[in-house]
Amino acid sequence: MTQFDGKPRSFQEIILRLQAYWADKGCAIMQPYDMEVGAGTFHPATTLRSLGSKSWAAAYVQPSRRPTDGRYGENPNRLQHYYQYQVLIKPSPPNLQELYLGSLAAIGIDMEMHDIRFVEDDWESPTLGAWGLGWEVWCDGMEVSQFTYFQQVGGHDCHPVSGELTYGLERLAMYVLGVDHVMDMPFNDPQTEIALTYGDVFRQTEQEYSRWNFDVANTDVLFKQFEEAEAECEKILSLDHEDPKTGKRIIMAHPAYDQCIKASHLFNLLDARGVISVTERQAYIGRVRALAKQCADAFVQTEAGGYAA
Amino acid sequence: MPDLLIELFSEEIPARMQARAADDLRKKVTDGLVEAGLTYGGAQAFSTPRRLTLALEDLLAESPTIKEERKGPKVGAPEKALEGFLRGAGVARDALEERDTPKGAVYFATITKPGRPAAEIVAEVLEDAIRNFPWPKSMRWGAGSLRWVRPLHSILCVLSSEEGHEVVAMDIDGITSGDTTEGHRFMGSGRFVVHGFEDYEAKLKRDRVILNAEDRAETIWSEATNMAFAQRMEVVEDKGLLAEVAGLVEWPVVLMGDIAEDFLGLPPEVLQTSMKEHQKFFSVKNPKTGRIEKFITVANRETADSGKTILAGNQKVLFARLSDAKFFWENDVRVAKGGAAEWLESLENVTFHNKLGSQGDRIGRVASLAAELAPVAQADVDLADTAARWAKADLSSEMVYEFPELQGLMGRYYAETVGHPAEVAAAAEEHYSPLGPSDDVPSAPVSVAVALADKLDTLTGFWAIDEKPTGSKDPFALRRAALGVIRLVLENGLRLKLDAHFEHQLLRHEAHQSEDDLLTDALAKDLQNEIADHGVLGAVFHTVKAAVDGELPKHIETLRDSLPDTSGDLLSFFHDRLKVYLRDQGIRHDVIDACIAMPGNDDLTLLVARARALQDFMSTEDGENLLQGFKRANNILSQAEEKDGVEYSYGADVKFAEDDTETALFVALDSAEAAISAAIETEDFASAMGTMASLRAPIDAFFEAVQVNSDNEVVRRNRLNLLSRIRGICLQAADLTRVEG
Repeated sequence: MTQFDGKPRSFQEIILRLQAYWADKGCAIMQPYDMEVGAGTFHPATTLRSLGSKSWAAAYVQPSRRPTDGRYGENPNRLQHYYQYQVLIKPSPPNLQELYLGSLAAIGIDMEMHDIRFVEDDWESPTLGAWGLGWEVWCDGMEVSQFTYFQQVGGHDCHPVSGELTYGLERLAMYVLGVDHVMDMPFNDPQTEIALTYGDVFRQTEQEYSRWNFDVANTDVLFKQFEEAEAECEKILSLDHEDPKTGKRIIMAHPAYDQCIKASHLFNLLDARGVISVTERQAYIGRVRALAKQCADAFVQTEAGGYAA
Repeated sequence: MPDLLIELFSEEIPARMQARAADDLRKKVTDGLVEAGLTYGGAQAFSTPRRLTLALEDLLAESPTIKEERKGPKVGAPEKALEGFLRGAGVARDALEERDTPKGAVYFATITKPGRPAAEIVAEVLEDAIRNFPWPKSMRWGAGSLRWVRPLHSILCVLSSEEGHEVVAMDIDGITSGDTTEGHRFMGSGRFVVHGFEDYEAKLKRDRVILNAEDRAETIWSEATNMAFAQRMEVVEDKGLLAEVAGLVEWPVVLMGDIAEDFLGLPPEVLQTSMKEHQKFFSVKNPKTGRIEKFITVANRETADSGKTILAGNQKVLFARLSDAKFFWENDVRVAKGGAAEWLESLENVTFHNKLGSQGDRIGRVASLAAELAPVAQADVDLADTAARWAKADLSSEMVYEFPELQGLMGRYYAETVGHPAEVAAAAEEHYSPLGPSDDVPSAPVSVAVALADKLDTLTGFWAIDEKPTGSKDPFALRRAALGVIRLVLENGLRLKLDAHFEHQLLRHEAHQSEDDLLTDALAKDLQNEIADHGVLGAVFHTVKAAVDGELPKHIETLRDSLPDTSGDLLSFFHDRLKVYLRDQGIRHDVIDACIAMPGNDDLTLLVARARALQDFMSTEDGENLLQGFKRANNILSQAEEKDGVEYSYGADVKFAEDDTETALFVALDSAEAAISAAIETEDFASAMGTMASLRAPIDAFFEAVQVNSDNEVVRRNRLNLLSRIRGICLQAADLTRVEG
């Protein structure tokens, strides 16, 4: 395990420490999913792998996009693009709370000086057809993580149950580093020759995406892409399990799920453009959920989903 | 006799569920033990964020042996019957006893159920309690199938006496019971053995856990008030918050911090709500300035720096939160000062209900109705209209979006900021009232008009689309709205004909829903105006029809047929709510029915005045007796009318009176009739009924002396007509046929 001394000095050091910590605890350190998602939960390493009977342990950073949260880089802690750190362990180990607290210590939070609390917060994702019970974790009154025991995903009961940890990295890092505005946060080591702040890396993109998300994105195209993603997802899942070319049983749960993720993100973009009314909103969420459920149904028919021929 | 100690140790239990859960544990375990024959001396249940605890004193060491006698077949009964009996009773044949009974010799068996040791029973009962615990929401974890509110980690279950303690052995899904537990998550010293309740409580305290939630709450409250007092300030009391915070900590450490100067200009409710909702902070008020200037937070641990780091962290979070609140406030004030057009525009796009249109549509309807109701509430018509149009504007404000519970109140602040008249500002806050049965009822005329209009529009709207409450389902809180109207009317003594307002507003809903433009055109306006003038749609309809040449459009015909039914149905819903309301005030059910049966029953103030007078009257001896006299007269008359097939209402003539009592009754009726009519005319029901009471003696005397069904047909008819007068006079006050007794 990499050794880190004293307090972390930068945003990336916090990420590196979390990676090292969870690697040390036996998690597969995965890379971000290469698609636009609203939260780390959408990564198939969480959504799909929380289904079925097979054991799983993964940790990763996931860039997440919430177009409606864009503030042109001006708000001290609101961003349309940010990072989540995600841990998923199935079955949830009995000492998951202790493991979690260990991760806080690893990023320099001294348990002897701070007040850590587990405050009731049940999690629900209407687009994923998922819910779980758990807490938001407070450090001196500040929410630093979500802690959830998954009960259902894609309409399927989780058995065994996964324990999920989600850290909002920017907010957590700002707290640990004592920074008031996200853009002022050191991204790499501030002592290094080419020291970069979070603002150096992301201020411009926040502006660009805020403008595009709110005012420019072509909604006709987005609506069309939504329909296409939905249709493609359903088509993929309607095909025979047996691949006519190889003669093998190949259920394309992941490609179908990619389309579901796409539809979900397109919906978020449309929402940010303000072209979805309150009543339509529910209908769109329902359509994404229907896709997520079909993908979950497909995944549990696969080997990774616990299917035994 | 041993004591029993149970502790179920888990991950953090939601604060709102703890007290109830401790109580459920006590109930489930003690019920189970008692049912199995194990009685106990005393029971105490406790909860902390991580544990539910039950302590029982003086439990029986074993359940008593029970002997039960069972009667079997007759001696000499078929062998099969006897075998069956032996099997059922679980006894051997030679244990049977023969006894003589009046029906001959019969076999009797004595079944002995031996007592069982407490540990065995406790294990069974506790396992059942854990497996069937009534958590409002429960979950599974890991690979197990047990459900608990959050993962359950250990079970402590010991029976202790002077000789020592023993573990009650059990294993629930791999969790084995023991005699150990642990204290505070961060300040404890690891697991320790527990010998009994006193030992348990003391060791917990040593390891920084206060077991009793009330003790924790008391500690928090007394430290908080002391801290505030030392700075000449006071903590704003909030029992709900105190209980919640006591459920978030095992070892409360109270800290007080400052609210930055920038935020002291925010309305105190905004500070209070933001701090409470987001951070569970108590507000601390400076009595000199009346402002909230500090906050109290409760940490769950002691630190080497006496909480400095914790307080600084909390203060920082508060700063961010209040910056948001201030941003909302300033934005909202800017919009309000610009006339709130943005808000009202956006309410046009917010759906109130998919069949009832947008919030904007609703505001328009409420404003029209509020203006109509203004004279009734003695409010200025223009003010009522303005107030109704402003009252919902804050629903679009950022502050209310963030804190929905501040709706109305923010409307008031924004109205004040803009410089709206005080009545308009007050109505924005008060028009939601009364919400509950014990909520204050507004009395300011403009607030009353808007509050009534708001509720009546909701009720007529859901009636128009046939979404009425059924059974326990009342998703739109329509019962509460109707009770609100009832209380607004009665407590302000308002005189209004609800029926006409129902029909008027129903027509507005119909016009809104109708895809046909005709309904929104002049014709519908005519109908509305006529209803406003005359009340009932049926009569109005003819006036309008006369004014329009030729055939009316078909849907207008439909309206005429459906509206009165709908409004009648809504009125009877009001009467049902009124019955519940009056019954709670001790007014008899039948008395209310007797008054609802009278004309003018949509004027609730009149209806209730009548009911109160009747209730008072019926609790006097005169009233009780007059009722008997009335019923006797009514029975005889009804039977005669049925038999003869005629109605005796031609007027009795005193010249056919044969008996003195009969003549006297004529005299009494003559004078009473005029007095009662006059009293009813002025709605003086007490005096009307007082006069009715004076009829008691002459009626009693008449029945005493006279046979109504005389052989002389003329005399008989005259007497029946006399009874008809009695009935007519009495029914002027209330429908006495519906009064029981």
